Amino acid sequence: MSASDPPPQKPRSLIDGSTLFVLALVIAGAVIVFRREGVAGLTHILTEDSILFLDILPKVLAGCLIGAFVAAVLPREFVSRWIGADSGVTGLVIATAVGAIMPGGPFTIYPLAGALLAIGAGVGPAVAFVTSWTLIGLNRAIIWEAPFLGVDFVTTRMIVSLPLPILAGLGAHWLARIVPGGPR
Amino acid sequence: MSATLAVTLSLWVIAAVLALFAWRKGPEVLSGAARHGVLDFLYLIPRLAIGVIGSGFLAALLPQDVVRSWLGPDSGVTGLLLATLAGALTPGGPVIGFAIGATALKSGAGYLAVMTYVTAWALFAFQRLIVWELPVMPTRVVWLRVAASLPLPILTAWGVMLLTGRG
Repeated sequence: MSASDPPPQKPRSLIDGSTLFVLALVIAGAVIVFRREGVAGLTHILTEDSILFLDILPKVLAGCLIGAFVAAVLPREFVSRWIGADSGVTGLVIATAVGAIMPGGPFTIYPLAGALLAIGAGVGPAVAFVTSWTLIGLNRAIIWEAPFLGVDFVTTRMIVSLPLPILAGLGAHWLARIVPGGPR
Repeated sequence: MSATLAVTLSLWVIAAVLALFAWRKGPEVLSGAARHGVLDFLYLIPRLAIGVIGSGFLAALLPQDVVRSWLGPDSGVTGLLLATLAGALTPGGPVIGFAIGATALKSGAGYLAVMTYVTAWALFAFQRLIVWELPVMPTRVVWLRVAASLPLPILTAWGVMLLTGRG
């Protein structure tokens, strides 16, 4: 397969092995909760997490639409020029910056990264983008991390993490060249 | 709650602006992309239902005191590797890792170990990987990302040590 071919579509089945694996763990966890706290414990967790699930659904839909629209709107040449496999450190820096300020959570980052990969982004920049969101994403740090661990902890962690998305991107870029089976 | 509402709103504003651009390229571009996005969404729902609704039960499966004991005051390489493993085993979701990290800090865990743990959880939480990442990203890229990220938790601890002088 040449580098210009679009990546193959992921095979789509409604439920796959890894999902079943998580399901098995969830059931095992539910059994433990039941034996420890009875039906009340079960319904408590179930209610809380169902609310969380309903709460994220609109964000997930928005995230999927953003990914699809970006893939439809951004010209392939533009994407591969700025964050393609040959975009070098510039591409990694751009991807890191976008990942850091991108609002949302896993519901936006992964669909968007998938969409960008499909329209010409390189493996390195895609990895830098995802890593940047996980490690120095502002939205995540402010909303979720600071209340638990405090501003000092978060600030220190983020300053130290600043170069890490670029390192991860570089590493993935090099690995992608030596590991066969897909585009760079 | 208002913060997450702001996130939802800003996401929909971004989606709307992008939809406008797609529409200017042609109504069929817009409808095709919208259909694609909705299909992705439907495809994710069963995974999310299991992974997100089940996350509380996954947390119950995780012996939190064992994890906390892994985050001991030891900030040697072994301690940091244990913290990395603990992070990968902690289920995803927005708060579980931060909550465990915070209680561990209060009960005497090493600062560097908690830094390592939080970073490893952000990078490798297996449930987030399975529920969120693998369904929408090329499998090969996901594993390349994981491989390239393996040194990062320890690098973080090292960086924090240099920056703050904590050992």
